[in-house]
Amino acid sequence: MSTDSQQSTNYTPSLEFKSSTFSVPVLVLASNDVTDIEQQLQDKVRLAPEFFRNSPLVFDLEELNKHDLDIDIDQLTKIIRSLDLLPIGIRGGNTVQNKRALELGIPVHSGHTGAAPVRPKKEKPVTAKEETVTASKLEPQTEIITSTLITQPIRSGQRIYAKGDLIVLAQVSAGAEIMAEGNIHVYGSLRGRALAGVQGNTEARIFCSDLQAELISIAGTYKLSEDLNEATHNNPVQIYLQNNTLIIKDTV
Amino acid sequence: MARIIVVTSGKGGVGKTTTSAAIAMGLAKKGHKTAVIDFDVGLRNLDLIMGCERRVVYDFVNVINGEASLNQALIRDKNCDQLYILPASQTRDKDALTQEGVGKILNDLKKDFKYIVCDSPAGIEKGAHLAMYFADDAFIVTNPEVSSVRDSDRMLGILASKSRRAEQNEEPIKEYLLLTRYSPERVKLGEMLSVDDVQEILSLHLLGVIPESKSVLNASNSGVPVILDEKSDAGQAYSDIIARYLGEDKPHRFIDEKKGLFGKFFGGK
Repeated sequence: MSTDSQQSTNYTPSLEFKSSTFSVPVLVLASNDVTDIEQQLQDKVRLAPEFFRNSPLVFDLEELNKHDLDIDIDQLTKIIRSLDLLPIGIRGGNTVQNKRALELGIPVHSGHTGAAPVRPKKEKPVTAKEETVTASKLEPQTEIITSTLITQPIRSGQRIYAKGDLIVLAQVSAGAEIMAEGNIHVYGSLRGRALAGVQGNTEARIFCSDLQAELISIAGTYKLSEDLNEATHNNPVQIYLQNNTLIIKDTV
Repeated sequence: MARIIVVTSGKGGVGKTTTSAAIAMGLAKKGHKTAVIDFDVGLRNLDLIMGCERRVVYDFVNVINGEASLNQALIRDKNCDQLYILPASQTRDKDALTQEGVGKILNDLKKDFKYIVCDSPAGIEKGAHLAMYFADDAFIVTNPEVSSVRDSDRMLGILASKSRRAEQNEEPIKEYLLLTRYSPERVKLGEMLSVDDVQEILSLHLLGVIPESKSVLNASNSGVPVILDEKSDAGQAYSDIIARYLGEDKPHRFIDEKKGLFGKFFGGK
């Protein structure tokens, strides 16, 4: 924080860069017929004009390109703008489409499968073998990265987010929040909030040795401390989802 | 090597300033050159508790702004020549403190002093943040009631994630629990959390229990740190705390209703 020490003491920064995640509607196109697109988009917007007015929008051409259907970016952009939508990105476009989008001031987003078209599609046994080798080589590595181990108490007001499994060897205080995309293990007292499978993994479980949590959740299905039984105190339990219901059961 | 001690709690009115004054005096009385800094800019009180309010010329903010030197602002205590006080400004607010300024003052003090005690303001905003940021040890002052315990827990989280030691991946701040205004009678009646309850929630090393005592108010009103009142239970409790902090093995007192001369060990039932 004191990296600006060469500046005068009354130096106050006028800007800083932060990273944020936004939720933006994505328009996935299944046809390259612009007249159809315009008609159907109009119908959609009419259903909720307030929701769509000046809404940012990313359009996704991946499906089209999979079937080698080209689309006129200029025309598409015009249609979107004419309906008071603000195109802020293109995804899954080919090189020509991306270039044109950039010229129109529309940023190019690399979709999760964006790299796919670049990769030569059909190459044979030899590479397949190579690929399996790399895959098995990578696997254990990714596992190490994605499981998070915490040995210090997690205090009120602290939040922990783990990409994979989360293992806590200390207590989780009331007012703390722990989240994991995978399973959660807590070996101290769990008094805060614990949310497993936050990206929708319904197979995720929570294991804890002393359940006094304010809230427990798996893939969005949750229970509050009011609904918990005192019997879980100092009693090792596991929590999992079964038919959209949270089941709390002794770990045998 | 100088140690920076922050006395903090999150919640207000739990006894941070009383504790800061007492432990600073205790350390100085043991012969360690000690400075105590009031970080509560805008609501300064430490000088009152230390009985030096009439000798304040320059303050912490003056030194940060370069309007006075550190030596001009430091006030030598009248009871102990090993103890110096750096008072807060009453006419400014916490925004007058800057991380660079505080860091520089603490660095300068470290050359001269063995212990630097930072009396944190309540809350978790700028003043409290800067008071704990450079700390090596933290004394968490907690009252035996749920909101104070919850706030202390929050503060412990901040110590563990936002301090200089945390940011630079150094050895974490050493945290000690001081349970103040403890009344064994009220614990027995179920009106107050017990030492065990608080320990269970915070899981923190207990440095000492300071009993609820009239002598604390008397000491504050007369501007003499309560640790100098050797006859009072609170004064003795603070003396024990200093001894334990410096590595002596002292049994805990004032936890049970009968203040046993034989002293009951904590946790012994």
